Amino acid sequence: MAFRNEEDKKAYWSENLALLAKLLVVWFIVSFGAGIIFVDILNEIQFFGFKLGFWFAQQGSIYVFVALIFVYMAKMNAMDKRYGVDEE
Amino acid sequence: MDVQTLTFIIVGASFALYIAIAIWARAGSTNDFYVAGGGVPPVMNGMATAADWMSAASFISMAGLISFMGYDGAVYLMGWTGGYVLLALCLAPYLRKFGKFTVPDFIGDRYYSQTARTVAVFCAIFVCFTYVAGQMRGVGVVFSRFLEVDIVTGVVIGMVIVFFYTVLGGMKGITYTQVAQYCVMIFAYIVPAVFISMMVTGHILPQTGFGATLADGSGMHLLQKLDNLSVELGFNEYTSGTKSTIDVFFITFALMVGTAGLPHVIVRFFTVPKVHDARKSAGYALAFIAILYTTAPSLAAFARVNMIETINGPEMTGTSYEEAPSWIKNWEQTGLIVYEDKNGDGKMFYSGDERNEMKVDRDIMVLANPEIANLPAWVIALVAAGGVAAALSTSAGLLLVISTSVSHDLLKRNFMPNITDKAELMYARLAAGVAIVIAGYFGINPPGFVAQVVAFAFGLAASSFFPAIIMGIFSKRMNDKGAIAGMISGIAFTAAYIIYFKFVNPAANTPDNWWFGISPEGIGTLGMMVNFIVAFLVFKATDEAPEEIQELVESIRYPKGAGEASAH
Repeated sequence: MAFRNEEDKKAYWSENLALLAKLLVVWFIVSFGAGIIFVDILNEIQFFGFKLGFWFAQQGSIYVFVALIFVYMAKMNAMDKRYGVDEE
Repeated sequence: MDVQTLTFIIVGASFALYIAIAIWARAGSTNDFYVAGGGVPPVMNGMATAADWMSAASFISMAGLISFMGYDGAVYLMGWTGGYVLLALCLAPYLRKFGKFTVPDFIGDRYYSQTARTVAVFCAIFVCFTYVAGQMRGVGVVFSRFLEVDIVTGVVIGMVIVFFYTVLGGMKGITYTQVAQYCVMIFAYIVPAVFISMMVTGHILPQTGFGATLADGSGMHLLQKLDNLSVELGFNEYTSGTKSTIDVFFITFALMVGTAGLPHVIVRFFTVPKVHDARKSAGYALAFIAILYTTAPSLAAFARVNMIETINGPEMTGTSYEEAPSWIKNWEQTGLIVYEDKNGDGKMFYSGDERNEMKVDRDIMVLANPEIANLPAWVIALVAAGGVAAALSTSAGLLLVISTSVSHDLLKRNFMPNITDKAELMYARLAAGVAIVIAGYFGINPPGFVAQVVAFAFGLAASSFFPAIIMGIFSKRMNDKGAIAGMISGIAFTAAYIIYFKFVNPAANTPDNWWFGISPEGIGTLGMMVNFIVAFLVFKATDEAPEEIQELVESIRYPKGAGEASAH
């Protein structure tokens, strides 16, 4: 195994899971939260000619999704380097 | 030049391009055929994945659906893109590290069970055939409307093209063709959307035009106008839906989880060289997909305003049928627009109440949009080429999964373990050929229940594959019995609910009869929970997975040494 020691290996996996949990919370909030559950409340707010809840449901959540994957990619690549397990 | 000649030229040119690419990228081994030798650069793989993902349904039907559903259309927008996030974060990197060709391969090896593998193979084949029949139908519609050949000829032409590059090139041919198809598709989608956005709101970007004020000098926001029009005509307000919150929640979740389990998209992540690249190509793919998915709701709103104003006239009193624009007459011939002069005044009127005299099929909105907005003929031709590209790219990806499932999962892993690479490749090509013929048959003679079956496919994927794969990665100790019991109970529950409301007792398919107000489209979410719970209970009552399997799971969690995708 390419990890320096067993602790590193455990730490890598739990860091990975913590990152996943954080990103999935954001994923849930923008789509199910802002776009569905709280849509009526957010619709009271005007946002560049959109009702805010409607905008999240049909535009905003998609932009956030794209950003999430790129954040995940950057963080994981940095983590691989830090633990010396990147594939170069 | 007239529209038809231009369409022949543009669609013909795109076909020539696909065939040229297929010849250039022929497959030499099963490795080339199944996963393009595992050597596709991430940006290209991102485009190919996007083309694979966006089917005729995304290109042709989605904006139309949203246009008629308003806010409720968000279930498709969030469902299909949000599922992608799950796929990219929770599945793709680990499946890439696992390094086999197919989803049944993963399920079979992880749960050390031939039964699990076989169940997964049949689910994969079923899901793929359901999809592919719809794609072939899409090709048929485009051909019959724009090239004025009948649907049979249209489907046969589509079959020949797909056959040519799938059978010859396998994954390698498909991947590079899909890159070209993505470009054709996205260009064809964006160009009319930009034109229309400029006309309606003066904004170049449809995404900002969506929330802008109208260009007619009234100072009113597009969405405000659409809400007013909708209410005036007896529809619901465009920006608020008709479905209950819980139903929207469950449908969105089922679509997300279902798409994350689609075998033809998962297999895409086996085609890149490294885990690092699997992450990157997932990011590019969703960015490429988002271009179309954020344009679609804008297009839907523009199209709705344009359509209502064209049919009802500026005074909202109806327009004379005698002077109807040519697109109405053209689509009437295909039976997708129907006009019935109920009050006998010779005028057309569209509304959501008893005054309505028009039946407009929602599938035509994207294809008819350029005509409704009076755009130049080459734009109309371009949209036709885009629709065909969307349908062909998805069909090819699906057909490949079917052929791989047959030659690799069924023949090699079950019946003929000693088969040579060359013979396996031959069987893969044969299976692709047979699959295309069957898909074509369903395209020409679509079973009346295509729409119902699609809901079925998502429910199945959501309630079977997704939990099995997630548990396979994130739990080291989950065992074969738990996973199999979970898959079977998840599928059985979901299938029973859908079959009851869609086939046995369609009359009862109303919110009052649904459990917790969840429609059959959203029941996959509950099926997924059933799967997780049953798997957990059975697992608790039986022995945990053996040592070597736990080590296998351990190894897919870390990126180092993720070699090329290989058989073994």
